[in-house]
Amino acid sequence: MRGTLRRRAGAGRHRRSGVRAGQDVGRSCILVSIAGKNVMLDCGMHMGYNDDRRFPDFSYITQNGRLTDFLDCVIISHFHLDHCGALPYFSEMVGYDGPIYMTHPTKAICPILLEDYRKITVDKKGETNFFTSQMIKDCMKKVVAVHLHQTVQVDEELEIKAYYAGHVLGAAMFQIKVGCESVVYTGDYNMTPDRHLGAAWIDKCRPDLLITESTYATTIRDSKRCRERDFLKKVHETVERGGKVLIPVFALGRAQELCILLETFWERMNLKAPIYFSTGLTEKANHYYKLFITWTNQKIRKTFVQRNMFEFKHIKAFDRAFADNPGPMVVFATPGMLHAGQSLQIFRKWAGNEKNMVIMPGYCVQGTVGHKILSGQRKLEMEGRQIVSLSQFAHGIQGKVAPDSQHLCSPPLLLQLEVKMQVEYMSFSAHADAKGIMQLIRQAEPRNVLLVHGEAKKMEFLKQKIEQEFHVNCYMPANGETTTIFTNPSIPVDISLGLLKRETAIGLLPDAKKPKLMHGTLIMKDNSFRLVSPEQALKELGLAEHQLRFTCRVHIQDPRKEHETVLRVYNHLKGVLKDYSVQHLPDGSITVESILIQATAHSEDQGTKVLLVSWTYQDEELGSYLTSLLKKGLPQSSS
Amino acid sequence: EDRELLERQQHEDLSTKKLRLTKPSKSAALHVDLCKATSPADALQYLLQFARKPVEVESVEGVVRILLEHYYKENDASVRLKIASLLGLLSKTAGFSPDCIMDDAINTLQNEKSHQVLAQLLDTLLVIGTKLTENPSVRMRLVEVACKHLTDSSHGVRNKCLQLIGCLGPVEKGVAKEAESQAAKDVQKIIGDHFNDQDPRVRTAAIKAMLQLHERGLKLQQAIYGQACKLLADDYEQVRSAAVQLIWVLSQLYPESIVPIPSSNEEIRLVDDAFGKICHMVSDGSWVVRVQAAKLLGSMQQVSSHFLEQTLDKKLMSDLRRKRTAHERAKELYSSGEFSSGRKWGDDAPKEEIDTGAVNLIESGACGAFVHGLEDEMYEVRIAAVEALCMLAQSSPSFAEKCLDFLVDMFNDEIEEVRLQSIHTMRKISNNITLREDQLDTVLAVLEDSSRDIREALHELLCCTNVSTKEGIHLALVELLKNLTKYPTDRESIWKCLKFLGSRHPTLVLPLVPELLSTHPFFDTPEPDMDDPAYIAVLVLIFNAAKSCPTMPALFSDHTFRHYAYLRDSLSHLVPPLRLPGRKLVSSPVSPSITPHEDPSQQFLHQSLERVYNLQHLDPQGIQELLEFTIRDLQRLGELQSELAGMADFTATYLQCQLLLIKALQEKLWNVAAPLYLKQNALASAAAKQILEETYKMEFMYSGVESRQVVIIHHMRLQAKALQLIVTARTTRGVEPLFGMCEKFLQEVDSFQRCFISELPQMQGSFVDKLLDLMPRLVTSKPSEVVKILQTTLRQSTFLHLPLPEQLHRASANIIEPTGESDNPLRFTSGLVVALDVDATLEHVQDPQGTVKVQVLYPDGQAQLIHPKPADFRNPGPGRHRLITQVYLSHTAWTEPCQIEVRLLLAYNSNRSKAAAKIAKSTWNESPEALPQPENGIEGTIPFSKPVKVYIMPKPARR
Repeated sequence: MRGTLRRRAGAGRHRRSGVRAGQDVGRSCILVSIAGKNVMLDCGMHMGYNDDRRFPDFSYITQNGRLTDFLDCVIISHFHLDHCGALPYFSEMVGYDGPIYMTHPTKAICPILLEDYRKITVDKKGETNFFTSQMIKDCMKKVVAVHLHQTVQVDEELEIKAYYAGHVLGAAMFQIKVGCESVVYTGDYNMTPDRHLGAAWIDKCRPDLLITESTYATTIRDSKRCRERDFLKKVHETVERGGKVLIPVFALGRAQELCILLETFWERMNLKAPIYFSTGLTEKANHYYKLFITWTNQKIRKTFVQRNMFEFKHIKAFDRAFADNPGPMVVFATPGMLHAGQSLQIFRKWAGNEKNMVIMPGYCVQGTVGHKILSGQRKLEMEGRQIVSLSQFAHGIQGKVAPDSQHLCSPPLLLQLEVKMQVEYMSFSAHADAKGIMQLIRQAEPRNVLLVHGEAKKMEFLKQKIEQEFHVNCYMPANGETTTIFTNPSIPVDISLGLLKRETAIGLLPDAKKPKLMHGTLIMKDNSFRLVSPEQALKELGLAEHQLRFTCRVHIQDPRKEHETVLRVYNHLKGVLKDYSVQHLPDGSITVESILIQATAHSEDQGTKVLLVSWTYQDEELGSYLTSLLKKGLPQSSS
Repeated sequence: EDRELLERQQHEDLSTKKLRLTKPSKSAALHVDLCKATSPADALQYLLQFARKPVEVESVEGVVRILLEHYYKENDASVRLKIASLLGLLSKTAGFSPDCIMDDAINTLQNEKSHQVLAQLLDTLLVIGTKLTENPSVRMRLVEVACKHLTDSSHGVRNKCLQLIGCLGPVEKGVAKEAESQAAKDVQKIIGDHFNDQDPRVRTAAIKAMLQLHERGLKLQQAIYGQACKLLADDYEQVRSAAVQLIWVLSQLYPESIVPIPSSNEEIRLVDDAFGKICHMVSDGSWVVRVQAAKLLGSMQQVSSHFLEQTLDKKLMSDLRRKRTAHERAKELYSSGEFSSGRKWGDDAPKEEIDTGAVNLIESGACGAFVHGLEDEMYEVRIAAVEALCMLAQSSPSFAEKCLDFLVDMFNDEIEEVRLQSIHTMRKISNNITLREDQLDTVLAVLEDSSRDIREALHELLCCTNVSTKEGIHLALVELLKNLTKYPTDRESIWKCLKFLGSRHPTLVLPLVPELLSTHPFFDTPEPDMDDPAYIAVLVLIFNAAKSCPTMPALFSDHTFRHYAYLRDSLSHLVPPLRLPGRKLVSSPVSPSITPHEDPSQQFLHQSLERVYNLQHLDPQGIQELLEFTIRDLQRLGELQSELAGMADFTATYLQCQLLLIKALQEKLWNVAAPLYLKQNALASAAAKQILEETYKMEFMYSGVESRQVVIIHHMRLQAKALQLIVTARTTRGVEPLFGMCEKFLQEVDSFQRCFISELPQMQGSFVDKLLDLMPRLVTSKPSEVVKILQTTLRQSTFLHLPLPEQLHRASANIIEPTGESDNPLRFTSGLVVALDVDATLEHVQDPQGTVKVQVLYPDGQAQLIHPKPADFRNPGPGRHRLITQVYLSHTAWTEPCQIEVRLLLAYNSNRSKAAAKIAKSTWNESPEALPQPENGIEGTIPFSKPVKVYIMPKPARR
């Protein structure tokens, strides 16, 4: 049998289906079916809704039947609620008992956020039909924590591997691999390092499909250095002239980055003004940042032996009473959009003084105080008592949080607040921009790209660019849409070492680029493929070896005696086939390699000699060449 | 001495005999051991033990033979491997020529089956080959062997083969052409074929071998450029890293050749193409490659400016609309006249729509390479990028202008090393650039940095920066004064910085003068405090600007002139001479007439010295007076003329020694019977002691002292020692101790003669000259006679002329910190340690790491010598050093605070001196006993800084 080792046209079908995700930055939940395995990527919730729509519709996955039977595993990329918020609902209320994978920091921080979120929804807003604290605990028991670059074998065929993604502490990209088919899911990632986290990195794993976020599909950002410098300069100047600086932040992520930034600046410049940090959630979170030093950037990792950067020297816990202290200070307070809570309280106290400053480090949803002052409003109508209107820990990122105006209408009494303090805007975002996304694609070299977590219009642009630059297919499915991607899987075949050695000994060195011809028997048995030598195949199958011989008679006009004719043939062949061993056997026959040639006189015509040529099928090439050679006749009189 | 020589010969005989004995025994023992070995493990043990001991050159060959013998017998691959590696080690032995074992080594290759052993054998051949590089036929042969094994299936073997070819392949074209066999003809092609090897390690080795060939002088063919470019996309980082290097090499070899751009019809220069490719690698996945690429970019200076400027280009966009970078905005704000507006939301709002087709997200070129490099996650990459930026900017002024914004940004990097590096870089390119105000603002913000290195680097930078506006100067001054109040220790550095700032921008300072001096057209303003460092800083700026701006003094008020006179005297290195109206006396003698051409003060120096040297036969009284006058003159000259200070001090010291000697030898006093003249003795011994001290100072405290001077100094020292001997001879009773002293002295004379044999002819009529004449007599005579002879010779000897070197600087040190002004004692618990920060500037100290020590003197007379770490010394400029260190103090409890003294010492050791080097050379075969051999390398110390008093108070520990 003859054939090349490479297989064309794959057999494996590779399917991916999105569960109400795709072109939306509300919540992430993606279902991937790869080579018969079903994996759910992220289990996020939508921050904008307060009804059933906030959780993904899990009935979509299996119309009837248990989720555990259908899903092989669930992977959570990082602890933001739009990536993990629906997890307790999914595992405890809908019912899923399979493994859930996340990194160690995510596993540590995730329950705190969920608990906080639960408190606000249930205790403050008084909603029912929501998951309980116990459910969060039970859910976390199902979580399996993974390390970076650790290959986790989910079952015999499915394996997953985490890569560093930047973005927030513990964020990871996951490679999901079944056999030779693989998918990489990026979650949210950041390709430029910041003050506390490094840049996302992936090796050249060449997945069949790369599922990447595309929040900033149409943006190329400026260097972060200018932003940082501006920020520090603003704060420094205000503090120097005795003003107070308010920085409304969300508890996790950017807050830590800004803290590190200010902490190092204070240290460098030997400044004395106090910096405060609102207590509660942020304090808890800082504790985990201290613990997971290996997940931070180069500088923090290298210097933590002397001093853990998250052991802040200049930043202290905030107390309500401090806001009235005289003299300069910097306060980080939650929440980030100035719509409620501590940040709003402080804002009201400080807004009247033109020496003070508020720095908004992120995007603000329309309707919030943050948005109003950013758009230049100087007179604010404040309610006597602010109602908690938005959850505290939404992403502070453009377009992530839908406007929620329900609670801002018809307050009982209004107060005029004149804003004299300076209002500054600084954008600190931890998503990859268009260049970053392209860079990641270049690093991973996928065969197909799928864009999620972005706006359709922007994705269109990026899709076009990706197709143009990398010549790969790019998909951007809408929510609920299923994209099917055909892969071209290579099928591994085991080859016996003996055969391999024998074959390589014949030819030249193997060349990675060129296919190589090889003789062997392919045995397909028990779902495995083996290439073995024919002898072994026969032995294994218990078959006797059959020999197939071709014989051919060639008539030659030669009046001489038989043995003379044989001699002439022998000389002729010897002359022509210099590279082969041509032998004249004593019994009057000639062998060329293993081909046998015998000459007999024609029974009727003595002048015609009949040459009998016989060869096995392995020597087909030589045999047919020999017959054609003999058919041409012998050269005249070669004495 | 003869006896000693004999002993040594015997000793040598012994040692040679020993060698002869060991030679056969060594290899024999090995042989026996190996034969005894019952198992491969045993044999391996023996070999390992054997490898620990060195083998003498003579026995190497024997050992090799035995090893080879066992090699053929051995069945176990690991033992053969060890033997092979031992062969390599042995052929490295210095003095051993391995050509005798080469054939055997090659033969072993033939039947070897194990790949590992093969690789090891090839490695051995490589060692042999590198030892025999002179022999082309050997190299040829080895290369052939390597080529033969290139088809081996093991990567290790192929690796070694390539390495061998790279190291030994023929480099010269046309040498022994016909002799070369086919295989060795084109090494480049052979190596190039392995660029596509299936094993990444072999690919790397192939590229490395190619680079090796290049380093050895072979001109690589341009044809491999295409291949190398393909390797940039390799899966393995070491391959990519090596490929980047190869591309760089090719771009330097063929910068001007034209290469086509794939997928278009255009063509570009190779160096530009390579530059683009390497730029692309700055955003590689592996940081090793990124560092490599960023580093190499700096040295690609032939690249066209169009490509160069692209590296700083990054088109921003937001929602598909073009956005300007912060840099562009800053520039615009600046040019529109409005500076430093607060950032508002939407200030950076995107402007025009972008044509989606025109946006290139992954640039196939240099685009934004440095933008990426400077923002990299790893500081190694960032530093490399900054360095590259520096090198490129130095060669291209327009690029320097462009990269300024980026460098300024780097001043805020989170890693101090990067910040420092970028400040230094900026300083290096500062000739090409003028800082815009907004840039200056950012630069000056760093002045508050708590790291002293950063601040000082920044001061250095400001010294050579061009500022464009008077606001800029004002800003700089304000920030520097802020810096001064925050870190008062930066005083000197800030003053110096302002000095240069003033002298560089006189016209910009001019309009600021009334404001700075706070003068008012109608009202008299109060006179500022003259001791205020900030006020001095302002004055330094103004006076230096006034030097080239004659209209400026008209703006000064009366007290300014007074202050000028004061500062000109007290801080003459910072305040230049000014031509002030109506004050001719102050300025005229110095300012215009100063020309290095015919320096009157130099002349004066030489004249006074001439005078001294010529007047040999004056009466003693006259000589003494003349010397005293001259010394006084010289000392004053040194104070006036800082550039001649070293020279003047040096000669003054010398004359001082001579004067002391003459005084001590005054004849009439010596005629009186010895025991009665204790006073005379005291004077003479004190003189001798002082002369000794001064000679050490002369020898070790001045930089630029040549051997001509060293002779004279040593001669003076010898005289002082003679004087000492005479004094002791007169004061001690009994002869016994004198024997030893005399002998020692004579030995010293002897070593002097040996050290300075070449200088002796110039010392006609000197003390030592006469002494050497009398030497045979001296050796045999009694001590009393020796003393007598010495005394007369000393008196009769002439005064040696001290030639002056070109440049002579006296080492000096100034302790900046502690200031010694504090009244608050430093309190600490007794028995524990307190750290005292010491900061000092050192000038003209050679090898400060080895010589400068800190001494702490406690009130109880206890002295402590501290050796600062080498890292505590910084070198801010030629001839200048800075010592910033911590001294640990401790003491038992005191009842009340008391002052300790801190001072700097210069440790010397005559072994280290030039004379000693000579001795070491000349006395190769002589006895070394003549030399003093101090154990710790310090023979003595010279205090060379003013002591500073520190108030401390060790409290008793509380129980």
